[in-house]
Amino acid sequence: MSIEFLVASAIAVLTAAGIYLALRGRTFPVVLGLAMLSYAINLFLFAIGRLTVNRPPLYEKGVTDYADPLPQALVLTAIVISFAMTALAVVLSLRSFLETGTDQVDGIVEADPPQPDREAAP
Amino acid sequence: MIDALIAAPLLLPAFAGTATLLFRRRRRWIGAAISVGSAAGLVLLAMILMGQAIAGGPTAYALGNWPAPFGIVLVLDRLAALMLLLTAVLGFAVAAHATLTGLDRKGWHFHPLFQFQLLGINGAFLTGDLFNLFVFFEVLLIASYGLMLHGQGAQRLTAGVQYVIVNLIGSTLFLIALGLLYGITGTLNMADMAVRAAALPPADMGLLRAGGLLLVTVFALKAALAPLHLWLPRTYGSTAPAVAALFAIMTKVGAYAIIRTVPLIFGDWVGQLLLPAALVAMLLGFVGLLAARGLRDMAAFGLIGSTATLLVAIAQFDQRAMAAALFYLPHTTLAAALLFLTIDLVIRWRPAEGDSIVPTSAFAGQGRLSLLFLAAAVALAGLPPLSGFIGKLLILQASLTSPYVIAIWALVLGTSLLAVVGMARAGTTVFWKQGSCPPTSKNRTAFRAIEALPAFFLLAMLGVLTVAAGPATAYADATSRQLFDVPAYVRAVLGSDAPGAAR
Repeated sequence: MSIEFLVASAIAVLTAAGIYLALRGRTFPVVLGLAMLSYAINLFLFAIGRLTVNRPPLYEKGVTDYADPLPQALVLTAIVISFAMTALAVVLSLRSFLETGTDQVDGIVEADPPQPDREAAP
Repeated sequence: MIDALIAAPLLLPAFAGTATLLFRRRRRWIGAAISVGSAAGLVLLAMILMGQAIAGGPTAYALGNWPAPFGIVLVLDRLAALMLLLTAVLGFAVAAHATLTGLDRKGWHFHPLFQFQLLGINGAFLTGDLFNLFVFFEVLLIASYGLMLHGQGAQRLTAGVQYVIVNLIGSTLFLIALGLLYGITGTLNMADMAVRAAALPPADMGLLRAGGLLLVTVFALKAALAPLHLWLPRTYGSTAPAVAALFAIMTKVGAYAIIRTVPLIFGDWVGQLLLPAALVAMLLGFVGLLAARGLRDMAAFGLIGSTATLLVAIAQFDQRAMAAALFYLPHTTLAAALLFLTIDLVIRWRPAEGDSIVPTSAFAGQGRLSLLFLAAAVALAGLPPLSGFIGKLLILQASLTSPYVIAIWALVLGTSLLAVVGMARAGTTVFWKQGSCPPTSKNRTAFRAIEALPAFFLLAMLGVLTVAAGPATAYADATSRQLFDVPAYVRAVLGSDAPGAAR
């Protein structure tokens, strides 16, 4: 089995799981889904410089084939941004749960809503 | 040296935003003064840059002096200068409004967030690099999350969670599109990508189209085109109206990104998909305006409709239609912002009823507000005497050569009627019908005339745009010509000896 197939199928599985979870009704699975999607994107961006083995990124004497260093820089930026965004989404979901008493994304309280502990709320 | 001025619209809000952080608790008026002063400075800078853009062609400034396409470039041309000026004028009015009405004192971080929002928007308009565009999109989105939640409240939080999730998924799509485009062209610089995309072997065209469509989908999400408009009414309807007034430029960021990338890199086939989406969004927006029960919802749907009208003109990717769109773009932004500011004043001066469209007893400042509301309604619906009429006329005229001319004319005229009916109904209910309850003088004293100044300033700007319609259309024409002159853009960024520059 080739390395391309492994990476591609890993991206596909992560994306599928991410989309499924992002379409759920409650905030926790949605946040998990967003995290899965961002992992999939990081892998994808990493792979756009083509999958190569044992090649120097910038300069080495007597070498003509190089690995592409740019996707790695892009992945680094994307990781930082998606990490911060996931943290923000978690905090927002928590605040929204504490203020509205429901963790439904569309804010509609179900018949038996999970009540937050009023005593423990800040 | 003078080229370095191109970076100033990024540096000024960045420093001002950091400086306002120092005055969060004590002497808050200094922070507010810095914020409003920075917005006024941006107006001045944008005017200087616009003069520069008129005098010469596109100018590129290489950040850190790394030559394109390896480093990141900022590109100033007529389109970027126009968008910068529009952002600065809008930012100035909204900063003044927020300070005068005390919105900035409802939380700790209004002014820093506001400045970083301006930084992100200006950066998106100036950058000549696709990944840098993504980064500036994130900057403006992160600031907008904070601004949107400013003042808090349960309803705002629920809407905020949705807004953040939708935009995170949008960012994901943006990255996929960037990955695809980099994978086939091997560059992220827009000018370089334009050259390489034109020289691609036919086997790679499918991937280029897929990447391009994904990118346009992300921009359409920002511009709230059908069927990607569902997030907007709830977000704009639950945030503070002054913040929503600033967000009127955010939908135009999506429109700008489409104008910038599509003629340069992908070509006009994108329009075949964009035009039906814009037509449907225009209809949905103005029908929603007619059906809205709150003033803020009404304004949000009006914003969807007017942005879609703009995209109907853009999606034809024709020089005359683009010129019409570029004249209509500042008008629709200012009109929507004026409507949101007016609604904020209605909510403040008529405290008991919130923003619901119900008959009320008389309140102080009603006459002034009804005048502002009338002007905003006239502007948003595109009636004479304000510039929206000229803009819509230009769009209709430019659409005569389009194969969809019947649909465009029918929908633009029909939705204008819907807008007139909807806004007239809301205006008469709020300002003319007297409620059955007796006038309660106690809670009707919220009126402060000075709070209406920024709204009148925006109205005056619309007046200027109407009176100066001649020079403005000439500017829009020249901008449109410059947009479709791809080799000039490539020459400006990559130098005159680049391959493809002489194309």
